[in-house]
Amino acid sequence: MAARSTFPAGLVLDAHKQQACGTPIVDLPLPRQVALALDQGSGYGAEPVVAVGAAVAMGTLVARTDYPFASALHSPLAGTVVAIETRAAAVEGGRSVCIVIESNGSDRIDDSIRPVADPDSLSPEQLTQRLRDAGIAGLGGAGFPTATKLASARDRGAQTLLLNGAECEPWICCDDALMRSAADDVVRGALILRRAAGAVRCVIAIEDDKPAAIAAMTGAIERQRDAALKVVVVPAVYPQGAERQLITTVTGVEVPADGLPADAGVICQNVATAAAVARWATRGEPILSRVVTVTGSGVAHPCNIRAPIGTALATLVAAAGGYRGTPLRLIAGGNMTGRALASDEAGLTKAMNCVLVATRDDIGSRLGAVELPCIRCGDCSNVCPAGLLPQQLYRAALADAHDALRQLGVRDCIDCGLCDYVCPSQIPLTDRFRDARRRLNAAEATAQKAADARERHELRTRRLQETATAEQQAFESVRNRARQPGDDAAGGKS
Amino acid sequence: MNPDAVFVAVLVAAALAVTLGVALGWAASLIEPDADSLVERIDALLPQTQCGQCRYPGCRPYAAAIASGAAEIDRCPPGGDATVRALAALLDRSPRPLDPAFGAPKPAQVAWIDEEKCIGCARCLPACPVDAIVGAPRQMHTVITAQCTGCELCLPPCPVDCIELRPVPAVSLRYRQPRAA
Amino acid sequence: MRFDTSPAPHVIAGYTVPRVMFQVLFALLPAGIAHVVLFGPGLLLQLSVASVTALLAEAAALRWRGRDAAPALRDGSVLVTASLLAFSIPPLLPWWLGALGTALAVLLGKHVFGGLGQNPFNPAMVGYAILLVSFPAEMTRWPVPMDVGGTHTWPELARMSFAGFYGADLTERWDGYTGATALDSIRNGLGMRYTLPELLGRGDIAGAFGVRGFAWINLAALAGGLYLMTRRIVRWHIPLAVLGGLLVPSFIAHGLDSGIALGPTLQAFSGATMLTAFFIATDPVSAATSDRGRLWYGAGIGLIAWIIRTWGGYPDGFAFAVLLMNLAVPFIDRYTVPRIYGRQP
Repeated sequence: MAARSTFPAGLVLDAHKQQACGTPIVDLPLPRQVALALDQGSGYGAEPVVAVGAAVAMGTLVARTDYPFASALHSPLAGTVVAIETRAAAVEGGRSVCIVIESNGSDRIDDSIRPVADPDSLSPEQLTQRLRDAGIAGLGGAGFPTATKLASARDRGAQTLLLNGAECEPWICCDDALMRSAADDVVRGALILRRAAGAVRCVIAIEDDKPAAIAAMTGAIERQRDAALKVVVVPAVYPQGAERQLITTVTGVEVPADGLPADAGVICQNVATAAAVARWATRGEPILSRVVTVTGSGVAHPCNIRAPIGTALATLVAAAGGYRGTPLRLIAGGNMTGRALASDEAGLTKAMNCVLVATRDDIGSRLGAVELPCIRCGDCSNVCPAGLLPQQLYRAALADAHDALRQLGVRDCIDCGLCDYVCPSQIPLTDRFRDARRRLNAAEATAQKAADARERHELRTRRLQETATAEQQAFESVRNRARQPGDDAAGGKS
Repeated sequence: MNPDAVFVAVLVAAALAVTLGVALGWAASLIEPDADSLVERIDALLPQTQCGQCRYPGCRPYAAAIASGAAEIDRCPPGGDATVRALAALLDRSPRPLDPAFGAPKPAQVAWIDEEKCIGCARCLPACPVDAIVGAPRQMHTVITAQCTGCELCLPPCPVDCIELRPVPAVSLRYRQPRAA
Repeated sequence: MRFDTSPAPHVIAGYTVPRVMFQVLFALLPAGIAHVVLFGPGLLLQLSVASVTALLAEAAALRWRGRDAAPALRDGSVLVTASLLAFSIPPLLPWWLGALGTALAVLLGKHVFGGLGQNPFNPAMVGYAILLVSFPAEMTRWPVPMDVGGTHTWPELARMSFAGFYGADLTERWDGYTGATALDSIRNGLGMRYTLPELLGRGDIAGAFGVRGFAWINLAALAGGLYLMTRRIVRWHIPLAVLGGLLVPSFIAHGLDSGIALGPTLQAFSGATMLTAFFIATDPVSAATSDRGRLWYGAGIGLIAWIIRTWGGYPDGFAFAVLLMNLAVPFIDRYTVPRIYGRQP
């Protein structure tokens, strides 16, 4: 089955996928050391439960959390915790507290790691809790905990599980490689996720530029003989893989701007997440590794690598033949939304689907950009997949006009970068919008704080007045009582 | 000229004046700007530090003074130029620089009590306009950072000068820095 | 290994404003050739004086505003303004009027509002409108084109163009070679109670597509405009709406009374129709923002031009139509904000 794109616009970009996709997935030998960032990409961190010096095995829980937006962490190595310290990490801000584990060379597996006897006997709630304990998080790029999404999907009665295999961003092809090599795992995980989400259907969306993955997934589904499971081929238009845009392409329904995908009856999960769920079900394995695309003109042999979480990016690049030429940027993610990192000592995170080592050939257009005034040409609004008017938003951002920013939808921007891409004046619009959003959030926080302060001040003023009135009354009643006998005396005289 | 015509004209004009006057007065009473709502709207633009630098006992009294014309809009250093501009826009006046007589604007700050030095005298507690200091006599005091407006009113009563004002940590947005255990 | 960082996206398509502007200039080429063949080299003279004046005015304005002039001069936008104005004015115009119009276009039309991207009005049309209301006689005196009459040769057109350019009095020696445009003649003829078929029967008005000279220029401008559409520099909304706004009412009016109302073909290929539809109305700076807004904007231009052509005091109304709709842009933009994904309409 094929679907047409129905979200507002988008654009076909140079894919650059053939570089890394030609060869099978490389299994990285266990590295000497890993650095597990407490924040694995969702923006929220877990709390370490091990101390420096603790001995750990593969799969030992090292950080846990009750916070719905953070995920638990497990050691991918057997060895010792050698440090818990702030280090370079592939997260916002560029640094995070990391648990550094050094391998002792053994491959001892933690006793808690046992295959799940019968995942089908678990209730959706039990499944969700087990997935949370296993630290399963969105491997598509957001790193958002899967269990939190599942729970909210159940609460809102989502009927469709949408497996995102679109992989629309240039350079990235780890999901493609995974679907071709482990299609049965993806389907197995999808069935578990479908049950955990309380959904009845499962749709696997794949872009039409990945015929091999489509064939592999279709074959795996046929082996399952499940009528409520199907592959939908979607056009290879960026940003097809953005959650809301993909939901609209597949279902024709828009996710409300102030709502969640589950409000449109859909829960969206990445295919790699489904494969990780399958690994958990067959081996009891929490997320210890992921497949990551290591590519770009700056690496010798671009390829897809299965590597332990926390592996230094330098190790990954070395496994791909090392640096080549003059690498100018180390990007975690693709060239449209990826985060440029300052150091290759940062560790692989659950959310990192690509390591792009870019040379001038890859990013020269951006490096050489000269910003000119906006000529209101409207190319940006013609490509915006959120239906925004970036040129108007840009003016509002420059003026820091908060009402206009809200009204024009600065928070509806999905950071896809297409407006930058097409802008003939080469204005860094996306970054301006990110900045405007930060300032808008800060201003709203300040306004909220002022409102709180005002309320507290008013309550205090009222309390002081009431206290004063009460004291006055008490004073007067005492005085009256003191006068009472005198009055009586006076009365007696009369 | 016919005197009757003059008389009629005067009569008509007078009647018109009376009728329109009554109508205008009635209309004005319908749309009369409610003094309280103006104070509310001014108050909403003030930073609510309740610091009293404007020499009114809090933001709302200052808002009332602005609304009644008793005070200019340039007396609020914590709000800075942004507040003056917002007030000027609301009241349709031209913005003016802050009056330095009322203090200079500072970056956002919050009070912090050096708990080593605090003697638990409790004198700062009633000074706080937003009840953001927790403590009791002979108990150590502490400031609820999230509630503190940085008004500095707790500084003068402290006998041991154990309170200092620190810059507000940068507003953390979506990102929350994970802490080591 | 250490790396520099920069915010995403890390790649852009590399379209540039200068490239857009030079594509527009390139697309004007067919119309320019037709113009020179039919009306003599006057256009080239006007183009050169307009371009030089525009660059000087731009540089001066930027200097007065304390900006760096070099990048703005290279972006090509001011050359587009100069070219559109040169196309709009008669090729016989004395050079100082062309220079005056261009300087006013750049200074009053563009820089008083803050330069590139800030002007609410189309600068070329500002300059043209000022010239038209200030010098109505000079601004409506065109050479008789090559494709009608056949009474003169191209060298004569060239000599006349130079004479006009240097400000010679064209009324005596060149009287037979200059005249009103077809739209002007039709308008005067209708005023004298001739019928349209009678007027078109006279050789001095009709040429190919019913109008002398301008038909070919319009055809060439249409070709250039279609080229811009294939290069995705101009999208279909504004041109189609302009033509629709002009042609639909003229089709209806012509159907009601073919004796006096100009038919759609005549309207489409006379005056500044195609130049406006594809090159002038499509100036993004002064046009409406959204696709829906651009349809309203274009349709308004076409309709106002039709009204001016039919009842107004000027034979061709596109300059005023564009300026009036420029004025309406903030209003149009306010009511045509596209629906944001996931929001209620």
